[in-house]
Amino acid sequence: MSTLTDPEVISLREITKAFPGVVANDRISLDIVSGQVHCLLGENGAGKSTLISILAGLQQPDSGSISINGVEAAITSPRASVDYGIGVVHQHSTLVPAFTVLENLMLGESGVMQEKKRAKERLDELSELLGAELDPQALASDLGLGQQQQVEIAKAIWKGSRLLILDEPTSMLTPQAIEHLSESVERVKAQGLAVVFITHKLREAYSMGDCVTVLRSGRNVGHISVEELASFDEHEAQESILRAMFGEDINSVGDDAAELAGATEAVRETRSIDLSSRPVRLELDAVSSRGLGRDVDVDGISVKVHEGEILGIAGIDGHGQGALAEVVAGQRPASAGSLRFDGEDVTKLGVRGRQHLGVRYVTDDRLHEGTVGSMSVALNLVIKRIGERPFWRFGQIQRKVVDAEALRLIGEYGIRTPSPATRAGTLSGGNIQKILLARELTDGARLVVVNKPTYGLDLKTVHLVREILIEFAANGGSVILLSSDLDELVELSHRIEIMSGGKIVGSVVNDKPGTAEKVGHFMTGAIEGAQ
Amino acid sequence: MKSAENDKAKNLLDGLVRSILPVILALLVAGLIMLAMGSNPIDFFSGVWTYGVTGSNLQRSLVLSAPLILVAVGLIVAFRGQLWNLGYNGQYLLGAVVASGAGPYLFASMPAWLATIVIILGALLVGAVWSLVPAILKARYGTNEIITSLVMSFIGVGIANLLIKGPLKDPNTPQPQTEVIADSYLLPYIPGTVIHIGLIIAIVIAIVAQFIFSRTSFGLRLDIFGASPKAARHVGINSTWMVILLFAVSSALIALAGAIDVLGQYSYQRANWDPHYGDAVMPFVFLARLSPLAAIPLVVFYAILATGGTLAAQQAGLNADFLLVIVGLILIFMTITEYVGDRRKLGQSYLPPGLKTTVVRLFQGGTGRKSS
Ligand SMILES: Nc1ncnc2c1ncn2[C@@H]1O[C@H](COP(=O)(O)OP(=O)(O)OP(=O)(O)O)[C@@H](O)[C@H]1O
Ligand SMILES: [Mg+2]
Repeated sequence: MSTLTDPEVISLREITKAFPGVVANDRISLDIVSGQVHCLLGENGAGKSTLISILAGLQQPDSGSISINGVEAAITSPRASVDYGIGVVHQHSTLVPAFTVLENLMLGESGVMQEKKRAKERLDELSELLGAELDPQALASDLGLGQQQQVEIAKAIWKGSRLLILDEPTSMLTPQAIEHLSESVERVKAQGLAVVFITHKLREAYSMGDCVTVLRSGRNVGHISVEELASFDEHEAQESILRAMFGEDINSVGDDAAELAGATEAVRETRSIDLSSRPVRLELDAVSSRGLGRDVDVDGISVKVHEGEILGIAGIDGHGQGALAEVVAGQRPASAGSLRFDGEDVTKLGVRGRQHLGVRYVTDDRLHEGTVGSMSVALNLVIKRIGERPFWRFGQIQRKVVDAEALRLIGEYGIRTPSPATRAGTLSGGNIQKILLARELTDGARLVVVNKPTYGLDLKTVHLVREILIEFAANGGSVILLSSDLDELVELSHRIEIMSGGKIVGSVVNDKPGTAEKVGHFMTGAIEGAQ
Repeated sequence: MKSAENDKAKNLLDGLVRSILPVILALLVAGLIMLAMGSNPIDFFSGVWTYGVTGSNLQRSLVLSAPLILVAVGLIVAFRGQLWNLGYNGQYLLGAVVASGAGPYLFASMPAWLATIVIILGALLVGAVWSLVPAILKARYGTNEIITSLVMSFIGVGIANLLIKGPLKDPNTPQPQTEVIADSYLLPYIPGTVIHIGLIIAIVIAIVAQFIFSRTSFGLRLDIFGASPKAARHVGINSTWMVILLFAVSSALIALAGAIDVLGQYSYQRANWDPHYGDAVMPFVFLARLSPLAAIPLVVFYAILATGGTLAAQQAGLNADFLLVIVGLILIFMTITEYVGDRRKLGQSYLPPGLKTTVVRLFQGGTGRKSS
């Protein structure tokens, strides 16, 4: 391991990688130095994950080279990448839920015999290094997201790494968990490892990063060196990152820039409405559910959503939000209670029946539930209207009509895709989310349930998604917004209900400052009450 | 959209290469093995040609193709939904026993056309009902269908044999076999040939299946279901119903293959007889990328190999089991091509770097990959 006086440098030179219709990485050069946190920023689809997958040996660049301390490194496979001491925590969890922490960590071992004892020692070492308590016998599925993240990091640096790469590690974490993570990163850095940190949050880039590189359309469009970043205050840093990220486009975002950056305190942006004068669109009356999975079910929930209202549901992730969304969408049957939509009892109606009435659902599992990655963007856009006119006639698909509709939605929602025929799974996270929104909000939507609509999205897309929801409500649509991001809830919701353990434990009307504190109070109260 | 067209052409070529390359490689390696065993591969392959294609032999091969195509389409229906119906042997024999067992009575008591229709419907029904156990277990409790369908297959084979040895046994012969159905009652020939119309039925079913898969809303639902059960639920597809339906159709088609084989070719059924069509057809179903139409030429190829190969193997001094070696080799090369193809498309490989470069270099010329 090198000392701080003799830093190691991993140099990427002219890395280029093209996919059909897009150049994901376009002659990217950058240096990653040991003992530093190198932040990588850029809008959705800028090419961050692609660059990481090249470092991880999952993809081969079309051209360009990688060298470590001036010596060319041939990262031809994931194995080779690990051998070079590169550890990656990917955007999506790779832990095996049914395995224990220790088993997950030992998955990468190549030896025939499992050396449990040595593994335990290594885990202790890493636990201390990360400043986290990792129970080797706990099942991965029983861990919270923050702890899972720690296990992923331990897994990534299991082999005494030289470089730790974190691809959007904070997008699903609570503020406390982010705090823990940032401490762990500090410690890893102090050990002399290099860290690459991908995020969409400028605040994190400023507070955790030593230097910043910004990618746009596959190119390296801006670098803030260690010295520069140290000399900037937070505002200056944000300015210069935003300028690099969006170039001239920044004008279109305008005054919202600071707000996008999360620098100001959130205030409600939705127009106020008089709830008492609005008809009730959806009413849940003591609804309970019983799913097949292991997640928390809803337990005797009663809520009302009015026409034109955005109802926020706050709560720590995994407290029945998923079940609530599914019960409303009709994907999970209600075992007790009833649901009324526009006065009509829909308790017994399935997904398609409710879909026809105008109930829509934007799921938080964009990749496996919300889209079929192997199918085209066009098909994904009409996937909920299979068999319906004008897209199908006499049971036969009308490809021209489907393509026309796809082009319309692609244009209206600004989905960036090489063509309607591109496989949806290859689009970047933000664009996949736009597919979901476009599909759910079109064609007579009256109520939409959105679950964590903006996680993992870049600043501009976050802004766009929120605008879309605000406009939908302003036109008389109703929104149930499930989110673990308090700022988002405060910005959009008329009312916020707080959920914990599958129950509603409090309700706050969002009409004056201080909503966030009240919601936070209910949340901690619920947790303490449960203990 | 020139590039899109290029892409399409490239994809088509890619698919063709992926389907045919493994077969060619398998035949080459099979030839080498024959050489090593001291037989002459030229003799063998020319034998396959002589006994499988020339003269009226092609017609014999096509007769064999009829049940094989039906079994292939049956497997494809289930596999497209990611349901691994491995109970084909039992399903085939039960379908066959409907024809061989009920045939002699039905033909004696009603017009031949009516009896034929009743037998076909009966076979379809028996196949569908037989699949309910693994289907319901899968749909309700998520039980692994590979195991349940296999177990049901053993039971099905057993029942067929018991019936032939017991109540359906022809009392006029000492062997345990069913009564022979008179030639005049069997399926008619395609005019000018000695191929029964079962072949036409099979091809029509393959075409209809292809149309349903590629053009209709049901085909798309099926693809979504196969790609991701979670997405299927999200879209509002009833997965219980889907599992039961796919299993029923798959199994019914395989049972139909049995009935048609008896009505078209064998005219009776012996106990302990089991042609294991499903085992032979399996690699070709995957080579055809689960497309019924693409499966037809591959299945016909196998039928020729099987028809001509039996005699040719004897002539070349080989055991007839050598055919299975060829099928096995096709499977192996298919897996390798698949690996390499996937690596090219997704840029991912699970092969160690050393082996990978060797293997990839081997294939690079053949697949026309532009050098990077
Ligand atoms: N396997 C692939 N096949 C085709 N195109 C791909 C593939 N992987 C990525 N792309 C394309 O490359 C571009 C860059 O994608 P990448 O995932 O690197 O973006 P990103 O910066 O990580 O975005 P996000 O912030 O949404 O995670 C996108 O346009 C994407 O559609
Ligand atoms: Mg990414």
